Amino acid sequence: MKRTLLALLLITTLFVSFACERRGGVTNGGGSGPILVGYYGDLSGRTSSFGQSTKNGVEMAADEINKAGGIDGRQIQIITEDDQGEPNKAATVVTKLINQDRVAALLGEVASSNSLAAAPKAQEAKVPMISPSSTNPAVTQVGDYIFRVCFIDPFQGEVMAKFSANNLKAKRAAILYDFNSDYSRGLYQFFKRSFESQGGQIVSEQSYTQGDRDFSGQLTAIRAANPDVIYVPGYYGEIGVISNQTKQLGIKAPLLGGDGWDAPQLWDLGGASLNGNYISNHYSVDDPSPAIQKFVADYKARYNILPDALAALGYDSMKVLADAIKRAGTTENVKLRDAIAQTKNFPGVTGQITIDKDRNAVKPAVVLKLQNSKFVYETTISPEGSSEPVATNN
Amino acid sequence: MPTFIKRILGLVIVVFLLVAVNAWMGREGLFGFGLPYYYAEILNLTGISIILAVSLNLITGFTGQFSIGHAGFMAVGAYASVFMTVYYSDSAEQWLTSLLGATLAQSLVFLGVIIVGALVAALAGLVVGIPSLRLRGDYLAIVTLGFAEIIRIVILNIDRVGGATGFRGRVPPWDGRLIIPAYANFIWIGGFAIITIVVVYNIVNSDVGRALISIREDELASEAMGVNTTRYKVIAFVISSSFAGIAGALFGHFRQFLHTNDFQFIRSIEIIIMIVLGGMGSITGAVLGAIVITILPELLRKLPGDLYGYRLVIYSALLILIMLTRPQGVMGAKEFGISWLKRAQRRPEGDKPIGEKGVPIAQQSTSPNLDQPKEIEHR
Repeated sequence: MKRTLLALLLITTLFVSFACERRGGVTNGGGSGPILVGYYGDLSGRTSSFGQSTKNGVEMAADEINKAGGIDGRQIQIITEDDQGEPNKAATVVTKLINQDRVAALLGEVASSNSLAAAPKAQEAKVPMISPSSTNPAVTQVGDYIFRVCFIDPFQGEVMAKFSANNLKAKRAAILYDFNSDYSRGLYQFFKRSFESQGGQIVSEQSYTQGDRDFSGQLTAIRAANPDVIYVPGYYGEIGVISNQTKQLGIKAPLLGGDGWDAPQLWDLGGASLNGNYISNHYSVDDPSPAIQKFVADYKARYNILPDALAALGYDSMKVLADAIKRAGTTENVKLRDAIAQTKNFPGVTGQITIDKDRNAVKPAVVLKLQNSKFVYETTISPEGSSEPVATNN
Repeated sequence: MPTFIKRILGLVIVVFLLVAVNAWMGREGLFGFGLPYYYAEILNLTGISIILAVSLNLITGFTGQFSIGHAGFMAVGAYASVFMTVYYSDSAEQWLTSLLGATLAQSLVFLGVIIVGALVAALAGLVVGIPSLRLRGDYLAIVTLGFAEIIRIVILNIDRVGGATGFRGRVPPWDGRLIIPAYANFIWIGGFAIITIVVVYNIVNSDVGRALISIREDELASEAMGVNTTRYKVIAFVISSSFAGIAGALFGHFRQFLHTNDFQFIRSIEIIIMIVLGGMGSITGAVLGAIVITILPELLRKLPGDLYGYRLVIYSALLILIMLTRPQGVMGAKEFGISWLKRAQRRPEGDKPIGEKGVPIAQQSTSPNLDQPKEIEHR
């Protein structure tokens, strides 16, 4: 009895203690107060490396802008929320950021499924949202307030197909993709389409699911098909193991991947077996251009780690947003949306960013070679034409 | 006052309250006072959690069968009902609108798809339940765990419901609604939460409920007394899954986006935590658990600065603390008397609440001398 009351009391106290608001009394829209920008990402879930890197990039960009005097004298304040990598939570935290914190704009998410859950909330409230790295085409189709600063899956699949056909002279490709991930399936579809249209042949299509630890069945089937290259558009968690097992089975063909491989943990998992593989990515830390080298040096000084592509995209998304706010001269939503939409040849770390009519970024991709625990710059592949109409799936 | 007048009065009060709360949560608010959207959203999610927790409590708390795939049944209900809404409800709604007006037509269509969700989930429960509930022991846990994962993978493979991209509306080659309509509001969610509580309360306090509790206490003895244990376990399980299906249907039409990442194993565990925290075999306990588990993580978002990064640690620590002080759950197997809810119900003759007013009332079904052995047995 007493204990029941004690427990109830404990819970009630807890609730009451948090019931007081954290509202800063900041009005957003005009005036000289700070510009509130909401960032939401996976900081504690399965892809938390992505969310954390992006957050680092966003915060570094905001600090740089603030140190340079802010935007028209107004400082940028980032409000971060963790969605634990769940679509439902992503929608909830975006509701919080929009309605409680009253942010002027949103930055996030990395995973397309989380962006898809959250984007309708931003669209409904008419708050501009820039996704740093959701590559699924469906994300920006949600509405005219949703943008991105990365290329989309069709392009990434195409890049790797072109690279393997033209640079590696591959004729036979095998594919091993993550069944549960729309990212992986998107890349797989567009790689296949593009590779076949280049005259190549897909000799084996295998799949796995996130969390698998044994791939020998799939890899044995792939070995039997004798491919020139193996396309594995997955996330870093499984790639290390796949790479190890590929070498154990004596498969000589190089593995090809996408930006999902790009995480510092990849090397811990895969080690030397990763050498000789290729990925498509948003940028390269080895790029000699001074802007990139400055970004890499600053990031390393600040976080004591090399920036991965997600950090660079987070950085760019904040910079693109700041540029748009500056051009719009206000954080008022309609003008800000139009300013973001008019972004043209913005010099980002991940290349020249132009927002096309579908609110996607048109920019080149780089191909990196994996060598001695490093991603070495191999080549840059530009989009065909300025903005070719992309087949819309889903 | 005659019982039926009490019931009608109770119903009217409940409906009035739901409409009022729903209006308060709306865009204009109630008389100018509106609940912030974020809180309204949490309130709706809490309602869905209550349906899930109370329905799981029927099978796990009262019948003593451990089911760890509740999120799977929720997914079945969610996808089945949203599938109907997106692909097959448009013309029906237009036809009904011409007859009855838009609001009523929408309500009827929504009710229809909720029933579809509930039926499909119940069918899934039947298919899973009949073979596994014939056996004694932990088989149900294993089978439900497997089922939830299978359902998740199957859904990922159906392109027509969006597959791995997520389900937001029609998928191009097929024709249907562009976006899942936002049918679910607090009248629906709160209403179904109350219906779930009332239905489970009535089952538990009926002869079926006695049979279920006897299975929990001692399956062998209960069988010796002539209770068809398999039949009752299947009944409880099917009802439990159908309510999970309803929760899924409401969730789908509230969130307007479905993705299998929301129906993972962790979600099932979350629902189990709700009833373990609140007290297995207590309806009010399950409600309390659902409220705490849904709201607590959101409250912890208010932690300042560096503490924010530790909020999941604090969350877990708080749960451990509660379970240390109350190993049998906050409510144990007792119920907390909510007078307005209970007055709307008919009590069996001679069932007098034990104890003083406002103090937790021991249920007839779980007398104190019965819960002692149960606590030892289960934890």
